[in-house]
Amino acid sequence: MKRLTNCRRSGRTLLALVAALLLSLIASQPAMAAGKINIVTSTSDLASLTSEVGGDRVSVIAIARGYQDCHFVEAKPSFLLNLRKADLLVVVGLQLEIGWLPPLITQSGNPKIQPASPGYFDASQFAEILEIPTAQVSRAMGDVHPLGNPHYWLDPQNGLRVAKGLAQKLSEVSPGDAPYFRQRLEGFQKRLAEAEKRWDEQMKPYRGRKIITYHQSWPNFVKRFGLQVADYVEPRPGIPPSPAHVVELIALMKRQNVKLILVEPYFDLKTPQSVARETGGQVVVLMPSVGGNPETGDYIKLFDYDINQLVNAFQQTR
Amino acid sequence: MTVLIALLLSASMSVGILCAQSPAAPPSVEDQQKAQDERIRKLEDEVQTLKAALTVPKAEPVQLGGAGGAAAKAFNPDISLNGDLLGSIGHNEVRPVPSMEMHEAELGIQSVIDPYSRGDVFISFGETGVNVEEAFITLTALPGEFVARIGKMRADFGKVNTTHNHALAWTDRPLVTENLLNGEDGITDMGLSMSRILPAPGDLFLEATGQVFRGDSGELFKASRKNDLSIVGHLRGYEDLTENTNLELGYSYAQGHNELGHDFLTKLHGIDLSLRWKPLRRSIYNSLLWRSEFVWSQRDQLPVRERAFGLYSSLEYRLDQRWTVGGRFDWSERATLASQVDRGGSAILTYWMSEFSQARGQYRFTRYDGNRSGNEIRLQLLFVMGAHGAHPF
Repeated sequence: MKRLTNCRRSGRTLLALVAALLLSLIASQPAMAAGKINIVTSTSDLASLTSEVGGDRVSVIAIARGYQDCHFVEAKPSFLLNLRKADLLVVVGLQLEIGWLPPLITQSGNPKIQPASPGYFDASQFAEILEIPTAQVSRAMGDVHPLGNPHYWLDPQNGLRVAKGLAQKLSEVSPGDAPYFRQRLEGFQKRLAEAEKRWDEQMKPYRGRKIITYHQSWPNFVKRFGLQVADYVEPRPGIPPSPAHVVELIALMKRQNVKLILVEPYFDLKTPQSVARETGGQVVVLMPSVGGNPETGDYIKLFDYDINQLVNAFQQTR
Repeated sequence: MTVLIALLLSASMSVGILCAQSPAAPPSVEDQQKAQDERIRKLEDEVQTLKAALTVPKAEPVQLGGAGGAAAKAFNPDISLNGDLLGSIGHNEVRPVPSMEMHEAELGIQSVIDPYSRGDVFISFGETGVNVEEAFITLTALPGEFVARIGKMRADFGKVNTTHNHALAWTDRPLVTENLLNGEDGITDMGLSMSRILPAPGDLFLEATGQVFRGDSGELFKASRKNDLSIVGHLRGYEDLTENTNLELGYSYAQGHNELGHDFLTKLHGIDLSLRWKPLRRSIYNSLLWRSEFVWSQRDQLPVRERAFGLYSSLEYRLDQRWTVGGRFDWSERATLASQVDRGGSAILTYWMSEFSQARGQYRFTRYDGNRSGNEIRLQLLFVMGAHGAHPF
């Protein structure tokens, strides 16, 4: 029995040790990086827009990489190391990150970035959102987003709208730097306007053209540049292509003379390529996000790359 | 408008009359001009005032009634239901299972409560009754980067103990869980939990969790007195080896009083090891997870303290968007009589119809102590309705 009493004592000692450890940690909170606003963004596109506005007054880290499917990011504990120190968390919203971000936010132990806190910035509130369901949605439609299509950053005007929202938010966080953020925003707006002129000129001959996309992630892009989506490689969002759907797709492409299939870098090219072979079409791997490849280093370069790829493909399949 | 014109006419007439009256006492031309200017200014002011009065303010559209039906549901919590249906072919002499079973329908109700906390409740309905699997509040706005949980919860002991049935990679739980960790329910109890990320060198992620429970966890822990609390501690280290590969190592400790009484303790030590590979560019097609857990049990009983050990090692590989294959090795002594050893092996094939439904087949061979064996094919159908839950990591 003496041994058992010792066990109980050791249990109490353990408890006391744990309590002491926890208390000592309160005193050793990591200090915020002096001067710079620590920002974590869920995607690389938002990181690029934040850097455009924030310049050297912010430190920005994106969770998802540009070549990663941002629906299916793993909630790795290593992301918590940045989230716990963040002053601001910038998210795409519209439930794009619902499969991985909520548990990370809860586990971060950072009250600043909890949903609806001042440090939680949902970029979707500033953007034009398409495909907002007007009737009852169900999963029979696939993995639909009931709040609207979250791939809104693929319209440069939405990028600008989000940048404006970010400039306002950053000015609230650091009022002293407000003129600096305003100046950066104006610079970005000017460069974007020049780039948009260029893109419009390039895409002008192809306005009204029909294309196929793998996933339903390009509505804002096609609307902005005057293209039309005839169908998708996925029969429903998130559902892998079935043989029956592929047959229908081939028939549709032949019937409507559609030649291009847009695919994100994280989807398998096998099915799109076999469809392209059957129809005399072409598969174009477009980058949906900044950093998808070395050429898409920032938000403007992303569109430069995608527009160039598209224009080349249109020319080749004339 | 007519009023305005009339006013302007009267103004100009007044000016004319003024001019006509001038011969009686001829003032200087300058004075006349001044007086006229003054008069015109006054009239202009008067016209402006009348003009403003004439402008009828636009009526604001009247909003009748409150917000629509969707807004009324805005504060409803996220509700999900996970269905777990099981079938079994073959025999098992020691732990027989029915040919078909509605194993579990788990209702998840989750929501942010207020700016300081969120709530998570999981109620599982089975064929034999209803069980509140977990019901806890998480305090998210504590100072010092602490995250606290209060309520009934699955204790943070290793990996399998924290995982709900529908999120497991198998149709069953490993033998070491059955023999040393209270089976399917595991260490689940009412208590409080405190965790915090610890300072660590480089990119190492280190997290410590301390938990105190009432001391009742099925056959594992039993509180015969009010202060027979049980404790659980977990230290977890994680590092990204590359962008696609990561390693996680955890140490767990649990201690509580067993069913023999206040003076009888059961202590558990656990080590969990997970190696994951998931190429970011192909994350929906290929991934690999190797996970092993080792558990040492030390149980006070009469006549002497019993020490037992058990482990499982599991490997799963995602072949493409729809198919996953896996295997598991089991070896475990029994907590109350360590000389009895159970061992087994499983091969698992999972088909993903979509993110929201999967079908699974598992061939399981078990050799229980005393040369009794189980040779089974277990079939499972999993489905989820409602809110989109987070993918388990």
